[in-house]
Amino acid sequence: MNPVVEYFGNIYRGLRTATIGMRITFKHLFTKAVTIQYPTVKMKLPERARNRLYVNMDDCIGCDQCSMACPVDCISIQTIKSAPEDNLGTTSTGQKKRLHVPVFDIDIAKCCYCGLCVYPCPTECIKMTDVYEFSEFDRHNLIYSFSTMTPAEIETAKAKAKKMEEEAAAKKAAAAAAAKAAADAKAAAQAPTAAPQPEGPQQKPE
Amino acid sequence: MAETITAPPKTSSGKPLRTEEMIVNMGPQHPSTHGVLRLEIVVDGEIIVDVVPHIGYLHRCFEKHCEHMTNYQQVIPYVDRMDYVCSMNNEFAYVVAAERLLKIQVPERVEYIRVIMAELQRIASHLIAVGTYGIDIGAFTPFLYCFRDREKILDLFEMTCGARLLYNYMWIGGLSHDIPSDFIARAKDFCAYFKPQIRDFNNLLTYNEIFIKRTANTGVLPADIAVNYACSGPMLRGSGVNWDLRRDDPYSVYHKFEWDVAVGTGETGPVGSCWDRHIVRMKEMEQSVRIIEQVLAQIPDGDVQSAIPKRIRPNPGEVYARTESPRGELGFYIVSDGTGTPYRIKARSPGFVNLSVINEIARGGMVADLVAIIGSIDIVLGEVDR
Amino acid sequence: MEQFLTSLLGNALVVHVIMAVIPLLFILPYALVVIYLEMKIAAHMQDRVAYMRTGWHGTLQPIADMLKLLQKEDTIPAAADKPLFIMAPYIVFMGTYAAFAALPFSSAFIGSNINIGIFFIVAISSLVVVGLLMAGWSSNNKWSLFGALRSAAQIVSYEIPSAFAILGVVMLAGTMSLQELSAIQTGGIMHWMILGGTLPLMKKLIVIPLMLILFVVYYISSMAEVNRTPFDIPEAESELVQGYMTEYSGMKFAIFYLAEYANLFAVSAVATVLFFGGWASPFKSLMTGPWWSSFWFISKGMLFVCLNIWLRWTLPRLRVDQLMYMSWKVLTPFAFACVLALGLVLVW
Repeated sequence: MNPVVEYFGNIYRGLRTATIGMRITFKHLFTKAVTIQYPTVKMKLPERARNRLYVNMDDCIGCDQCSMACPVDCISIQTIKSAPEDNLGTTSTGQKKRLHVPVFDIDIAKCCYCGLCVYPCPTECIKMTDVYEFSEFDRHNLIYSFSTMTPAEIETAKAKAKKMEEEAAAKKAAAAAAAKAAADAKAAAQAPTAAPQPEGPQQKPE
Repeated sequence: MAETITAPPKTSSGKPLRTEEMIVNMGPQHPSTHGVLRLEIVVDGEIIVDVVPHIGYLHRCFEKHCEHMTNYQQVIPYVDRMDYVCSMNNEFAYVVAAERLLKIQVPERVEYIRVIMAELQRIASHLIAVGTYGIDIGAFTPFLYCFRDREKILDLFEMTCGARLLYNYMWIGGLSHDIPSDFIARAKDFCAYFKPQIRDFNNLLTYNEIFIKRTANTGVLPADIAVNYACSGPMLRGSGVNWDLRRDDPYSVYHKFEWDVAVGTGETGPVGSCWDRHIVRMKEMEQSVRIIEQVLAQIPDGDVQSAIPKRIRPNPGEVYARTESPRGELGFYIVSDGTGTPYRIKARSPGFVNLSVINEIARGGMVADLVAIIGSIDIVLGEVDR
Repeated sequence: MEQFLTSLLGNALVVHVIMAVIPLLFILPYALVVIYLEMKIAAHMQDRVAYMRTGWHGTLQPIADMLKLLQKEDTIPAAADKPLFIMAPYIVFMGTYAAFAALPFSSAFIGSNINIGIFFIVAISSLVVVGLLMAGWSSNNKWSLFGALRSAAQIVSYEIPSAFAILGVVMLAGTMSLQELSAIQTGGIMHWMILGGTLPLMKKLIVIPLMLILFVVYYISSMAEVNRTPFDIPEAESELVQGYMTEYSGMKFAIFYLAEYANLFAVSAVATVLFFGGWASPFKSLMTGPWWSSFWFISKGMLFVCLNIWLRWTLPRLRVDQLMYMSWKVLTPFAFACVLALGLVLVW
């Protein structure tokens, strides 16, 4: 292209596009701001918002499904078997609770807020709430313990479970001994009746 | 600092250093490298003689983590976090690969919703790309406009699945939630709102003479070099190569809609310049809006969770599936050994491959051009390093 | 003003010290105001509001910013050239502050009524280059060096078109003293230099387009002199972190910051004095007098400062070779041609 025309064309285009840009920014000087004054004003989150986890321990049956579903292993659960005569109550969905849950810790700093723990829960007790302002000064405060058992209760439950286990083991040992004795007796009873049979076919080949 | 230098210093690529040149480190912490990327530049005054990118500062062993997941569905939050700017597209690529491996056919409604989410995410990702590109070039205002529009898209996502950036929305065989009842109306509102914003943005930045002067003659990537380096996405289309995986290697239901592929034509300079890549992104946003409007008009009814398998245990085998993410060809190569845990998942990330071309196109330019070139490649280090 | 103070105090030395400090009394509140203005204008252009919490709508925020800068730790890199590093911000500030001596703040006050006013300003404000180079070099940081060298090239090149534009005005006015320039432009808006000064109407019609071009040339060059976008390559935030100021923190950074804004006002003030009447009121005899003239001067200066802010937040930045191209191949020829044409008109 003719260099002179190009030269003046550049200058003209430069000035023209600069003024077009200036007009746009000037127009925006009078548009309403799109920001809000957080924290005095807060946005309302939609109902499906996925923020901090919450566990309703009344409904937890200790099935461990949420812990297995978590991709970053932030949920740690320990359970203790309950005795048949204990009444732990029923969940709001009608299931009878059979396990004590002494430890139900969620390390919310590890949590990646994917929500994969929410879907497998049979009683829908673990939920993602809309709380997003939960910073702490100390990292250890971010390990949330949801268990509602006091240390005394945990001790009694553990002791009971141990006792049950010992009883079950003793029973099992007794049953095994009894079964063995019965089997020995049966074998001893069977041996004399086997003797009168002809010895021909039982002769071992020489 | 008295240090005796006994031998002439060498660059990390081993070439001896001429004494007029200076090694400068555009270090991992730098306002314009779009993440933690270290560029070792050898400069002769302001002219760049050599560029060596050093990556790995954001490596999070994502592929190794996936080998320890108990479930293919558990991999999806990890896949989200690869390229955190376009999570839906990452999920899309992964579920397409996994469904191909498991031979699952998803309901029509799921496919349509996936396309809407992927295209909305494409717009959101391109808004970040062009906004931060403006900042790199020196125009601070378009960035704010882009983020204002991106907020509207993120509001749509939050309404649907509860999260704004990392969704865990597309599952193998379906979706985690169905779209709420007012989603279609709000998405249509967004499309109507967004079209004039693109025009405004073009007037403010794209056709500004200073911006054109900064970008139209720099970082020229010839088409044959682009193809040889396996570039994809706007990098490739900006060089004039008409290749788009949504049309040329179709997946999902893209073949049902009518849209154009944006290709750089060298309007303001040689084909394959930074400006061409930028205008390709702007045009892609317009086409995405077009696709979304068509999808919203034709979306069928159905159950989005009917095809989600209860237990995922694929037969031993391998699959590679690729999709068009905003940065290029994003592919997943999955090897299964018959158990519920993936044996190996490899992500072919477009940012990693596109970044390899930086030495070719930055040599001979100036330091200010390098900033423009990196911005036009549009890398996200989460994806480059995984 | 000088006579008033001398009659009050009697001691010439004390009077001169007071006169030297008065522009500082203007610069400090002005800096607070302009920092606030810049943030607010930028914010509203970007569809957001900036400070809102300190004071009503953030009006106390600049004070908070200054307090923060003052109490920050003043780090000096271990390998930096200490004397140069420490002196650099003060030399930059000195260069810009000295220009304030010749600015006519009011019809009754000018720091130093020298008859080569504008020449002095152009000369003394190029001292900044020395300061910038010292800052960039002594930081022992390759990126600061980049910024400093680019800045030196830029400032030195843009002195030429700005000098040509000033030459045009001086030719038209016949005087270099800024106080006299403002005095010539009294008597209403039609006497302002941008509208031809005190020439007869026929000549005005030819001179007005020339003066317009000269003003545009001067304004663009002045933006380059103060390192503002689109010419802020020396402190290109997205490339060089903060350019030559990267290694500075605390008080020294505050001085750099102050110097930049002071320089901005100085060149805006020169633009108003040269082209838009200085302290002369746009009305023939309304709102004149020493206090009103001070008001006109400051408000016209602020208007150009706001224009500068508007341009900063709209336009991207030029690359350093395009900057050079613009100075040598666009602004200088245009300014030269206008000066030639102006000379012909004046002689004819």
